[in-house]
Amino acid sequence: MHTIIEKEELAPKIKLFVVKAPEIASHALPGHFFVLRAHELGERIPLTIADSDPEAGTITMVFQEVGKSTCELGAFEEGDAILDIVGPLGAPRDIRRLHTVVCVAGGVGVAPIYPEARAFHQLGTRVISLIGAQTKDMLIFKDRMEAVSDEVHYSTDDGSFGYHGFVTGLLRDLLAGGLRPDEVVAIGPLPMMRATCKVTAEFGVKTIVSLNAIMVDGTGMCGSCRVTVDGKTMFSCVEGPAFDGHKVDFDELMARQTRFVAEEKLAMERYQAHAEGCRCQRK
Amino acid sequence: MPAKVDRHAMPKQDSRERVRNFNEVALGYPAEAAVEEAKRCIACPKKPCVAGCPVEVDIPSFVKLIAEGKFVEAARSIKEKNSLPAICGRVCPQETQCEERCTLGKKGKPVAIGALERFAADYERASGAPAGSGPASGPGSGAASRAAGKVAVVGSGPAGLTCAADLARVGYSVVLFESLHSTGGVLRYGIPEFRLPKAIVDEEVEYVKSLGVEVRVNTLVGKTVSVDELFRDGFDAIFLGTGAGLPHFLGIPGENLNGVYSANEFLTRSNLMKAYLFPEYDTPIRVGRRVAVVGAGNVAMDAARTALRLGAEKVAIVYRRSRAEMPARLEEIENAEEEGVDLMLLTNPTRVLGDERGWVRGMECIRMELGEADESGRRRPIPVPGSEFVMDIDTMISAVGTDPNPLLVRAVPGLRVGRHGNVVINEDTGETSVPGVFAGGDIVTGSATVIAAMGAGKVAARGIDRFVRAKRERSE
Repeated sequence: MHTIIEKEELAPKIKLFVVKAPEIASHALPGHFFVLRAHELGERIPLTIADSDPEAGTITMVFQEVGKSTCELGAFEEGDAILDIVGPLGAPRDIRRLHTVVCVAGGVGVAPIYPEARAFHQLGTRVISLIGAQTKDMLIFKDRMEAVSDEVHYSTDDGSFGYHGFVTGLLRDLLAGGLRPDEVVAIGPLPMMRATCKVTAEFGVKTIVSLNAIMVDGTGMCGSCRVTVDGKTMFSCVEGPAFDGHKVDFDELMARQTRFVAEEKLAMERYQAHAEGCRCQRK
Repeated sequence: MPAKVDRHAMPKQDSRERVRNFNEVALGYPAEAAVEEAKRCIACPKKPCVAGCPVEVDIPSFVKLIAEGKFVEAARSIKEKNSLPAICGRVCPQETQCEERCTLGKKGKPVAIGALERFAADYERASGAPAGSGPASGPGSGAASRAAGKVAVVGSGPAGLTCAADLARVGYSVVLFESLHSTGGVLRYGIPEFRLPKAIVDEEVEYVKSLGVEVRVNTLVGKTVSVDELFRDGFDAIFLGTGAGLPHFLGIPGENLNGVYSANEFLTRSNLMKAYLFPEYDTPIRVGRRVAVVGAGNVAMDAARTALRLGAEKVAIVYRRSRAEMPARLEEIENAEEEGVDLMLLTNPTRVLGDERGWVRGMECIRMELGEADESGRRRPIPVPGSEFVMDIDTMISAVGTDPNPLLVRAVPGLRVGRHGNVVINEDTGETSVPGVFAGGDIVTGSATVIAAMGAGKVAARGIDRFVRAKRERSE
């Protein structure tokens, strides 16, 4: 059991938990993820470790409520406990001192990019962060990212804060302006990572993406998370989740992400109907 | 001499009924049938059955106890050698082990040793006899007070459970590490409820715990804690029983289409995550109308029968050799056929076909014929030129085997591995190339049987005991 020490609502439907998980906290490296199961009937959900504190024995997770399982998790409060957490999983990121790295984050993807940006920053790499969200209220982790970046630029789809447009527009402007980073790190929704790779390919800039494939065990047993990289099938839970974005078959991965859409919809509808019922009874 | 009595068949759920539920198919002997079946044993002096048992259960003794109506005693007699009798009674291939050697089998049908083992174990459980009160060499007072030594067992499948139980029985403090949230390994994620009810796995694991074994789930050794850290934490030895969990795919085009599962994924969703109870349980599973399961081992049968129970209209086993070469147990092939699974033999998939949205719509196959025997002694399947055809399917399950799980193996520096990533051991002791690290089960052999893994767990337990005692003597 993993007690929630701290809960914060970062933006509408985006929650942060600090959770007790000492063994994971003491082994976590940037790029690692974990798998949680909130309760006995729950599914196994992979989430990137957004931060860890070995001394306090805690890890930080950030998630957006999109389906039944994440909505249910979002209803957990401080003092509640998550039934199962296993980790750290995946291959840690190869982080070394470079001249310049651009971190491109879309939506809730800023949370998993934060430990990578910080690690680069601590090694003396110049970190330029580009953070995009739908609207001003959905921009999260601003203080954290500003503390570990040399420059931060924001974009919103509706123009309510920073650059008006997608975060890839910001990136294009920077690269067109002559910036040639050693590496671009892109984490966010699949269309955003694909668009980022398209831009960086034009300028010949190496790009690492972090894939959020559908997983079950997260330890290489089921192959649910397989993804084609450079023509070869890889298990993103073990060989990833970070890959060279220019070699990822995004079309295939985006199709694979729709495998259980019908079931997810059904589960969400049942959950909402049930939640309605609960509220009615409380009155 | 009593009149010759035929072997008693175990009652089963009717095939039309059982394809609509996940309840156990085989129902077990009633007490009278068990006694009658046990009385068929002629107690021949050579006991060939015992030699056929990888864990050396004293079969004639427990069979005699059943014949005498001493059912709980029979279960305890088995448990002196085998900590998991209710499981072995269900999933052991007795027909190629103990029962194959039974003297009665020379002229008629062998004693139904597996069914009797299952009966005794089930009877003991149902009678509520405290699980831990089994063997005479029984449990100590818990892990903390033990003195013989401290052992980490990695993986709570059949090899790990057996190794842990045997070491606990002789006084070791044992911690059993499991990466999933639930114990049992392949018994939990691989074998379906209708063949091995999970309540039985739970109770057998409880029995092992009652011997003093501490279980830590959600701990992936090599990631959550390293092997070096375990040694630093005072473990004298480590047993790796991490299984063969890495699924193979066929390597044909279209295998990443939606609707293609590894058998591991399909079965893990259904068994471990209980997706067959979706949406009560949150993990989804999607099975289409027409399913092809590629492969013909027990895992393929399990996947095919699970697909039927999840509502598939048509399920076919697709196998490139003929019926005689099918690796599954005869009993499982019969069960699958009774339930309506088609066998498409001498058929090999060449590619999976998808629609414009990335979903499976068919599978192209080619007919095969058998040629000369290959190095495995089986006749080699050869494609028949021009015989390609397309199967109309929307789900494909790849059940063509698994390799040893590489995760932990990679995390142990200096560990010698073979060509297929299998850990190389001394077969008499279970020792690996790294001092203090032992291994057994599928991680060594590649995917094999539950009982073979248990036998390997037993061998390693003895090897570990010798190793730790020698180490302690040296340091005294």
